[in-house]
Amino acid sequence: MFRVELSKQVRRWRTWLLAAALAGIPVLVVLAVRLSPPPPQNSQDAPPFLLQIVRNGLFAPLTGLALVQPFFMSVAIGLFAGDAIAGEAQTGTLRYLLIRPVRRARLILSKYAAAMAFTGALLLIVIASGLLAGGVVFGIHPMPTLSGTSLSVLEGLARILASGAFILLAASGIVAVGMWISTLTDSGPGAIVATVIVAIASQIADQIPSLHAIQPFLPTHGWLGYTGLFRFPVDLATMREGLTVSAAYTAAFLALAVWRFRRRDISA
Amino acid sequence: MTSAIWATGLSKRYGDLAAVDGLDLTVERGELYGFLGPNGAGKTTTIRMALGLIHPSGGTVEVLGSTVTAGRGPFEHVGALVEEPAFWSYLSGRRNLEAFARAGSGRADVRARLDRIGHVLHTVGLADAADKRVKQYSQGMRQRLGIGLALLGEPELLVLDEPTNGLDPSGMREIRELLRLLADGGTTIFISSHLLSEVEAMCDRVGVMARGKLVAEGPPGTLRGTTDRIRIGVDHVAAAQAVLERLGGTEVKRATSAAGPGVLEVTLSDGLGAADVNAALVRGGIGVHALEPQRDTLEDVFLHLVEGIDVPR
Repeated sequence: MFRVELSKQVRRWRTWLLAAALAGIPVLVVLAVRLSPPPPQNSQDAPPFLLQIVRNGLFAPLTGLALVQPFFMSVAIGLFAGDAIAGEAQTGTLRYLLIRPVRRARLILSKYAAAMAFTGALLLIVIASGLLAGGVVFGIHPMPTLSGTSLSVLEGLARILASGAFILLAASGIVAVGMWISTLTDSGPGAIVATVIVAIASQIADQIPSLHAIQPFLPTHGWLGYTGLFRFPVDLATMREGLTVSAAYTAAFLALAVWRFRRRDISA
Repeated sequence: MTSAIWATGLSKRYGDLAAVDGLDLTVERGELYGFLGPNGAGKTTTIRMALGLIHPSGGTVEVLGSTVTAGRGPFEHVGALVEEPAFWSYLSGRRNLEAFARAGSGRADVRARLDRIGHVLHTVGLADAADKRVKQYSQGMRQRLGIGLALLGEPELLVLDEPTNGLDPSGMREIRELLRLLADGGTTIFISSHLLSEVEAMCDRVGVMARGKLVAEGPPGTLRGTTDRIRIGVDHVAAAQAVLERLGGTEVKRATSAAGPGVLEVTLSDGLGAADVNAALVRGGIGVHALEPQRDTLEDVFLHLVEGIDVPR
């Protein structure tokens, strides 16, 4: 079922559209920085790593990831996870899959795995396109860390890939929430939008000081933990915290999704 | 050998409303069974429960000898078309069948299903359109592909909900012939319809569902036995009525003007045929200028069975 899901999505226009849009983001950033370099000291509002691009192309993929993560990745998760069951219900293909038969739990887990695979693939596309654009325009050099030490090019590349892996794992909780939302409705667009709203609302709540008490438990709270990879020594504790929260969300909401889906009447 | 479908006390309630209300139903293996009823009678809900899509509120249903609980059933050997067919419109007909073929379990079964795709596309007459996206299919083509999908797993039991929807007359005939062929080859076929004419031409047995219950069952001809009705054009209505009264076994449902020419509507019972009525009228000196059997629509049969009334026309 997992492979069926992959081959279906690959033949779908919107998947390629999304991939093209995400590949374009690091390219746009590189071009923007090339055409009008930002003033070096204005660091408060800029995404992390943006100011470094001018000196080192290796920062382009990181900037790309940082820009994609809050919104575009949420949209992608909405399309892959939120739409997973609800979209099949809406087209009516859900009932034909279930009487094929595909066991309900298996359908949820395969769709979850496929959503993770596609989210990961999109992050890889961002990294590749950032490396290419940044490397061509600004060149590839050893990376300074946020703590002032330096990483070799190879080490830098490894950490960039590790960042992508971290971002994907940190997103797994929201992907699971999206799967659960997807079992609640027969409207694909409804489930997509609801999933995106949850992801973005959680990030906003994470910024509101008065919500300090609940912030550690938000599914997106650990999303920026990958910046710890560019400190010396690597900030493993924060990363572990983020991954623990998303693992908890994954377990809870996948269980909820399976439980809910098995009890449900399929009348669509 | 167990029955193909066996339901007992099968119920589905939505709040106070019983969509299916203590249904008892048996479909034997090898049978071509027509499942009739007007919209809203509970046919689709019954089918969905038999396919494990909807949880019954009460009772049980067994399919091919195994009890169906939602999400579990012997569906490797069941092919189904539930309401309208549904596909991924961005994939071609062939790719759709491939996706469904791979979706089930069992490596050997997947292989077997993939190998059957070409044959199935040919059977439902879509070989030439197989590589077009389903988006571009007409409703009739989608319907054919839906039947093709149902045939993909080489089913022992085919459950088809309104299978000739959207087909033109020649398409309908092809599908009927195909189903008859499959039934003769030993496949059990359970076909639902709201059109009596559709199922009576090909089914071995017909069941009529109303308000969640089976209200009649039998070979198709017997269903209308009690409601044979003829319309007679005569030159003198009152005299004709008197003749029919003496004959017995008839009941005048409606008549136009008492004296002079007009039309009578008569239901027959006691094995009386239209020819008997005609002979009696002619013997009685009545001029009969028209005599036509009235075909009951399913709705008439249905109302007759359920409410014991005949439909005024």
